[in-house]
Amino acid sequence: MTRIPLAAMIGLFFTGAYFLSAIFAGVIAPYGMAEVVGDSWEPWSATHWLGTDTIGRDLLSRMIWGGQTTIFVAAAATALSFITGSVLGFTAAVLGGWIDQMLSRTVDMFMSIPSLISALLILSVLPSSLITLVVVIGLLDCTRVFRLSRAVAVDITVMDYVEAARLRGEGTAWIIFREILPNALSPLVAEMGLRFIFAVLFISTLSFLGLGIQPPMADWGGIVKENKEGIVYGIPAALVPAVAIATLAISVNLVADWILNRTSSLKGGRG
Amino acid sequence: MVHPVIKLIAQRIALGLLLLWAVSILIFVGTMVLPGDVAQSILGQAATPETLANLRTELGLDEPPLTRYLDWAGGVLQGDLGKALTNGEDIAEAMGKRLGNTLFLAFWAAVVSVPLAIFLGLMAVRYRNRWPDKLISGFTLATISVPEFLLGYIAVYFLAVKWRLLPSLASIYDGMTLGEQLYAISMPVLVLVLTVLGHMMRMTRAAILNVMQSPYIETAELKGLRPINIIAKHAFPNAIAPVINVVMLNLAYLVVGVVVVEVVFVYPGMGQYLVDHVSKRDVPVVQACGLVFAAIYIGLNIVADVVSILANPRLRHPK
Repeated sequence: MTRIPLAAMIGLFFTGAYFLSAIFAGVIAPYGMAEVVGDSWEPWSATHWLGTDTIGRDLLSRMIWGGQTTIFVAAAATALSFITGSVLGFTAAVLGGWIDQMLSRTVDMFMSIPSLISALLILSVLPSSLITLVVVIGLLDCTRVFRLSRAVAVDITVMDYVEAARLRGEGTAWIIFREILPNALSPLVAEMGLRFIFAVLFISTLSFLGLGIQPPMADWGGIVKENKEGIVYGIPAALVPAVAIATLAISVNLVADWILNRTSSLKGGRG
Repeated sequence: MVHPVIKLIAQRIALGLLLLWAVSILIFVGTMVLPGDVAQSILGQAATPETLANLRTELGLDEPPLTRYLDWAGGVLQGDLGKALTNGEDIAEAMGKRLGNTLFLAFWAAVVSVPLAIFLGLMAVRYRNRWPDKLISGFTLATISVPEFLLGYIAVYFLAVKWRLLPSLASIYDGMTLGEQLYAISMPVLVLVLTVLGHMMRMTRAAILNVMQSPYIETAELKGLRPINIIAKHAFPNAIAPVINVVMLNLAYLVVGVVVVEVVFVYPGMGQYLVDHVSKRDVPVVQACGLVFAAIYIGLNIVADVVSILANPRLRHPK
């Protein structure tokens, strides 16, 4: 095991801290999610570390509960996009032919509409629930995972050991999961970090537009929306999620960079 | 014989039009086959079986999907985007002015961001792995990591509220001079520039660095050219195709980025119009906006491909 560089350590620390606070939100949040505990927009104090929000809820608690929603929705969407994207991408690469053509052209078509516009189109018809959001973000995002995993798998399918597996009569499922997946894992894991951040930004944007997580549930984009009027009076409550989103994004990026560097240097220092 | 470049370009444009057609079907079918019911969502709690049936007939929801698609697509080709469900307004008319506003905003953001991104990219390559490169990379990583609506509020908080330099709302109307309009949109332009600058600068840097490994760069170095001359005269012209591609992709992204930024600054453009009508579940408006955004996006992608075909000397002078 090589030594972990400082940047990656910082990244791992903050990523871990955010995930832990999301998992144990119920334990560490000082107040309930929708509990009104003071006047609106109280300044930072010992009882309310980040002050209170527009209707007097404790902002720190809102941030912790909101982090839970945001991180869980983003993680579920990332998992969905990776499972569908990579399975379809590997299948396209292994089978080739018309299946590959069909899948690739469909993905091209979806990628020719910006994902925010597609999401708005879909959400104009579907009711906005947690499940809908996860499915919409996950499926819109799986096009990128498809492209990456197909590109990686196309390189691997021409390797001798895949040929050997085919000749000894293994089925497509074996080839995908036992031959290709282990060898394609490292670029996919690095990509997963970036996709996760993209999902966090996406869900926050949708909630900010009022089309994502619905109140009274908290999430980081929604907290901005609820407190944006305060900005004009010089109350920075709406900017707190900015710090949270930015630090989470940067720390996940640092970890992803490290994974990518570490695995690419194993291949003899290329890249 | 037709020149191969013209053939390539014609193919690319035809492919783009085909794609646009496929997207129009996707937009139409996508909003139709999904399990939600438009009539139900408009009426909400007040829905009774009779009002639902009436509304469905009124909206033409009981006709077969193919007929509805052909009606819609035929209308779009003649510039008729239909009527809004919520207020019966003609969509094309309501959209025209807003589209102009949105393009005005995106245009000025592009005018500022493209030269700046290329300049910063060149600087980062010139001083690669030294402090200017690290400073530029760090700053752009920070701007990429914050969603554009938050960049917007950070800008409002400091520039408009704390220091009172720029207006926090971007309201423009007829009769303003160009200078007044530019002052009004200065903040949204700033935010849009920040959102696309990072990607553009990073990819410009990567494209030029890629070229910097070529043998002719080494030759230029060995014959004693100054580093900035090597980059400007030898590396940059050879990196122009990927750079143009990046610029075009980011311009396409600008058109989407405006959606959110317009909401932040209450700017009367397409994005605001789209988001308002998504929450009102006004499907015809959403379809029309989606189609316009997709058309702009695909159009810019075609332009990117055509320009990079034209920028490739190997294609320009066939053997």
